[in-house]
Amino acid sequence: MARPEPNSRPCLAPGCRLNESTQQPRVLHLPERALRLNGPSFEILSRCDGARTVQEIVSELQTLYSKADPHRLEEDVLAYLVQLQDQQALDFLPGDAGRGKEAE
Amino acid sequence: MTAAPPSPLALIAELTHRCPLRCVYCSNPLELEHRADELSTDVWSRVLREAAEAGVLQVDFTGGEPLARPDLVDLVRQARVAGLYVSLITSGIPLDQGRLDRLLEAGLDHIQLSFQGAGRDTADKIAGTRAHAQKLQVLGWIKERRVALTLNFVIHRRNMDDLEQMLALGESSGARRMEFANVQYYGWAFANRENLLPTREQFRRSVDLLHRAKERLSGKIQLEFVVPDYYARYPKACMGGWGSKLMLITPQGQVLPCHAAQVIPGLRFENVATRGLREIWETSEAFQKFRGEEWMPEPCKSCDRRWQDFGGCRCQAFLLTGDAAATDPICELSPERSKIDAILAAANGVPAGSLVKPGWLYRRNPS
Repeated sequence: MARPEPNSRPCLAPGCRLNESTQQPRVLHLPERALRLNGPSFEILSRCDGARTVQEIVSELQTLYSKADPHRLEEDVLAYLVQLQDQQALDFLPGDAGRGKEAE
Repeated sequence: MTAAPPSPLALIAELTHRCPLRCVYCSNPLELEHRADELSTDVWSRVLREAAEAGVLQVDFTGGEPLARPDLVDLVRQARVAGLYVSLITSGIPLDQGRLDRLLEAGLDHIQLSFQGAGRDTADKIAGTRAHAQKLQVLGWIKERRVALTLNFVIHRRNMDDLEQMLALGESSGARRMEFANVQYYGWAFANRENLLPTREQFRRSVDLLHRAKERLSGKIQLEFVVPDYYARYPKACMGGWGSKLMLITPQGQVLPCHAAQVIPGLRFENVATRGLREIWETSEAFQKFRGEEWMPEPCKSCDRRWQDFGGCRCQAFLLTGDAAATDPICELSPERSKIDAILAAANGVPAGSLVKPGWLYRRNPS
């Protein structure tokens, strides 16, 4: 599957959501299954809000994990987004549409 | 057993055994529970909280037909308040757009809508009632709303040659997931098994066709395929292991390790009315009985596959050998495999288009 467009804005697909912030461990719910999330995967998913672009998510993760190699981190974030897309967990909104409109 | 078992991950909540359909393969037991005995809204609400506290992540509201419960919207809301992910496993009948909207507002996460066939004639024959046209209408309403949809086809001898039309219906529906689940032979399906078992030729064609479809639809529709285990070499990992991941609660509150467990004689089940759910999961006799490997006979006991398939299905072992603790006779290593082969020989001795037995046993609707 192709790399996600840097200006596209990923959001969780219908039927996919994070569990409540009070619940541990954090999981991503999908129809008929749930994925247990580690720290970085949670940080990525919680930013897939339909407002941030792929590029912005990468930058925020690079700031958050400033000790990690930025290039390697970018590759890891992109690979994870592709993996989630394969699992029907993410939709990618086009980069130019809906700008300035906050996701709910 | 000393250590506490791992937490259950999912709860199958059979809210009612009532259903407007009369499907000849219904997984409900032949002895159906009555409306007067169903758990109240309050008890279900408590059970849903107890389930979440015990570690359950997702609840499937099923039945019978869960839409037959007038309090379904409340129960969806209660499940969400408890922190659960909520799926509705439904025939789509009876439903109108107003109620669909209320279910979604209450927090319903995912709908699994079942179809009995690709076309009206076959589908209505299998459902024992006119339901197909209404289902298509419900499918249209769901497509207009933002909700996850799985289209479910239970497949068998009578509809297995229509897979391409089923796929076409799925592709036009907006569903992200499709399930092609071969009938599993319990409950009403066991009673109708001779007429439901596909021929080997049908089975081969279906595997081939669905593998190609899976590749073609990759990235668009997730395609799940449940094989008919009678044609398999090894048994299925039933319920992911007995008392290991899943539990089921019947309309009147009996807590079971699987849909069919009540066929096993002498197994004592507990009720949510009298004990907490976690305690039942951890300590009840029914859940302990086939948990782990202590109970296993040979050839399972020394088999490398015992943590892959857990000895297969206890209910199937009982139904086909009379001993719930036997190796699932599906397994080619089972001393009883010849029983399965004899059943398959009978199913293959008659052309796919013909009934093996003269008629169907239709499911009843309990009062």
